[in-house]
Amino acid sequence: MDVWVSIILSVCAASTPLLLAATGELVVERSGVLNLGVEGMMIMGAVCAFAGAQLTGDPFVGALFGIVAGAAFSLLFAFLTLILVANQVATGLALTILGLGLSGMIGEGFVGQPGIKMERIDIPFLSDLPIIGQLVFGQDPIFYASIALVIAVWFFLFRSRKGLQLRAVGDSHSSAHALGIGVLKTRALAIVFGGACAGLAGAHLSLVYVPQWVEGMTAGRGWIALALVVFASWRPGRLIIGAYLFGAVNIAQFHMQAQGFGIPAQFLTSLPYITTIVVLVLIARNRRLTMINTPAALGQPFVPDR
Amino acid sequence: MSADDAKLLETKGLTKVFGTLRANDQVDFDIRPGEIHALLGENGAGKSTLVKMLFGSLQPTGGIIEWRGEPVTVPSPSVARSMGIGMVFQHFSLFEALTVAENIALSMEPDVKTSQVAERARELSKQYGLPLDPDALVGDLSVGERQRIEIIRCLMQDPSLVILDEPTSVLTPQEADTLFETLFRLRDEGRAILYISHRLEEVQRLCSRATIMRHGKVVDICDPREETAATLAARMVGAELQDIRPAPVSLEAAPVILSVRGLSLAPDNPFAVALKNINFDVHSGEVLGIAGIAGEGQGEFFSALSGEVEQLPTGGTIELRGNDLSALNISERRKKGAAFVPEERHGHGAVTGMRLTDNMLLARHKSDQDSFQSGGGLGVIVRSAIRSATDRVNAAMDVRKGAPDPNAGSLSGGNLQKFIMGRELDRQPALLVVNQPTWGVDAGAAGHIRQSLVDLAASGSAVIMISQDLDEIFSIATRIAVIAKGTLSEPTDAAKMSREAVGLLMTGQTSDRAEVAA
Repeated sequence: MDVWVSIILSVCAASTPLLLAATGELVVERSGVLNLGVEGMMIMGAVCAFAGAQLTGDPFVGALFGIVAGAAFSLLFAFLTLILVANQVATGLALTILGLGLSGMIGEGFVGQPGIKMERIDIPFLSDLPIIGQLVFGQDPIFYASIALVIAVWFFLFRSRKGLQLRAVGDSHSSAHALGIGVLKTRALAIVFGGACAGLAGAHLSLVYVPQWVEGMTAGRGWIALALVVFASWRPGRLIIGAYLFGAVNIAQFHMQAQGFGIPAQFLTSLPYITTIVVLVLIARNRRLTMINTPAALGQPFVPDR
Repeated sequence: MSADDAKLLETKGLTKVFGTLRANDQVDFDIRPGEIHALLGENGAGKSTLVKMLFGSLQPTGGIIEWRGEPVTVPSPSVARSMGIGMVFQHFSLFEALTVAENIALSMEPDVKTSQVAERARELSKQYGLPLDPDALVGDLSVGERQRIEIIRCLMQDPSLVILDEPTSVLTPQEADTLFETLFRLRDEGRAILYISHRLEEVQRLCSRATIMRHGKVVDICDPREETAATLAARMVGAELQDIRPAPVSLEAAPVILSVRGLSLAPDNPFAVALKNINFDVHSGEVLGIAGIAGEGQGEFFSALSGEVEQLPTGGTIELRGNDLSALNISERRKKGAAFVPEERHGHGAVTGMRLTDNMLLARHKSDQDSFQSGGGLGVIVRSAIRSATDRVNAAMDVRKGAPDPNAGSLSGGNLQKFIMGRELDRQPALLVVNQPTWGVDAGAAGHIRQSLVDLAASGSAVIMISQDLDEIFSIATRIAVIAKGTLSEPTDAAKMSREAVGLLMTGQTSDRAEVAA
């Protein structure tokens, strides 16, 4: 029994950064912006969170550093794509490459240093309950934040007026503009929110999951988060299913290696990516579903009338 | 104060300058409560610019706007709405992925709940006889239903001034009649209605006053009921328009050019329309007009004829002068003598970011392979040949452009459409299929394009003209068929068709009855 609890806990730990980054990107894409720089914002979050924790000795301050770093980095993207109307795909890719390089430079002095781990919460009595205690009352704070965030984003998008406006901007920016909704403002806020989420996802990696600083430690999780948004067909609830599926595949790969199943490790490492491709193909087949949920203005630049 | 002086809205010397273009030049205009006031003018006359300034989407360069006698600035549409100005747009500002109630809620105060909006919309739709389901997804609705959303959205604010921009351009005659009744009702409630249209018959029927604009200036204010359509048109254009008529064709004598049997097509996305068992012949010398409301399968019908969508083996046959086209792609169909002009000029009919000569080559690289390319398999482009063909087209169609070989996107809509039409006509095709030939084109260019279609038919070719503009259909088609819900009615001699009959077919009423009978 304890083995399974620890496996599920490790799945939660592997899935949380995916869920956080994907939730942020979902909001960004719902507003009609395609930010391919998730990987870059995530690693900036990871290195700044690690640095913040090292400098202050407090992992929560570190997490805050990560959030701010991700948000600040996404502002660059917002400026380039919204104000200068640069191509979103190219700018996003550039953001990823820049983030990977810049984080390596910032983190040079931290390589090999022992990290400060954000501890799991411990509620007397409740956390000691069998099975449930560990799973429900004994995880790290960022895990709870990620679940709360998904619910909050769902409520915001589908139950609040501001969320309706954001979806409207993503469906047709010219119509939204004609109604007097601030298209660029909405998109800028969505991008910054996405950046903050990616930053927190990075913080989870360097403060909870690993916890240390390794160059390039995001290892493609930003890209999986992007695929997840499509997997969830832009619906927050489905993000949880997708993130945990991908997280489980990731963990399964470690355990299968340890058990010596005779499957090459490289194949197992590639499993999440193969799953992504399979899921993308499967989803593309259901066109009605995709068309109704896909933000129609995704990736299109908006230039207001004079 | 007498009733005459009670102006609801007045502009004095209103001016808007875009670069070197004076889109609105010293416009003096006024509207009173309880009147339907027409704003007339060609495309590019400045009607939209004026209305956008009244509604706050654009800011004037000079002049003043007075609302109930007080000078005001209208910084944004939401301010306009709170003042009591409502607008129904020509191109609906609706969100297809959202429900009707959500769409309406977006233009309301933020503290109003979507469920309350749905309730209020239901009441208004009953009160004004505009049936509408607030929970329906807009993407699934017809154009007429979408317009009802716009009108109800506008009425939710209880506006004193309602602006309608070309409201009937997408409606059937019957739907238009329903709209007019709603408008009369609004007028009788003391609201002012600003009615933008280029359909003079409607304006004469509805409006008690008309402001006519040309080249950004107000050229006349008159009572349209005391004018004739011809005198109004002359003031809009600044010159008398010529009447274009097709030459009569004897169907028995004329050979069949295109024969379509059992054409069917499955929809390729949730918002597409399926084509169901379409049969017709087009003869030499004929202009077959295909009428219909937007989104009834015109685009799919065009794509099936042009070969842009792959046809299934069971999807019927398309024979051009005895050659079966159904298995051929678009280039092969062109080589057999067909030519196509799609509805959307930008990005479909022409690549806006490329020069006219490049667009010429893109469309005709296969059909004119021998003259446009040399070097055998290498396919070296012969620029001189393309340039001379482009010059020929520009001269024949009177394409007005600012540079010898400008980007397609820099031409005005009418001039680009003339170029695209000319590019196809220059090949002397046996069959020309054109979708909305004069959509959004000014009257002068539209006349030129229609004349060229009639001339092509007179030279012995067949023309299929898909159009939502009934005036256009009745002016140049020799036979008329109607597309509704993906089915095509039997083509009938234009002289034997009335607008009412076409209108009934457009709503699919007779085809429904036929299904019941079967």
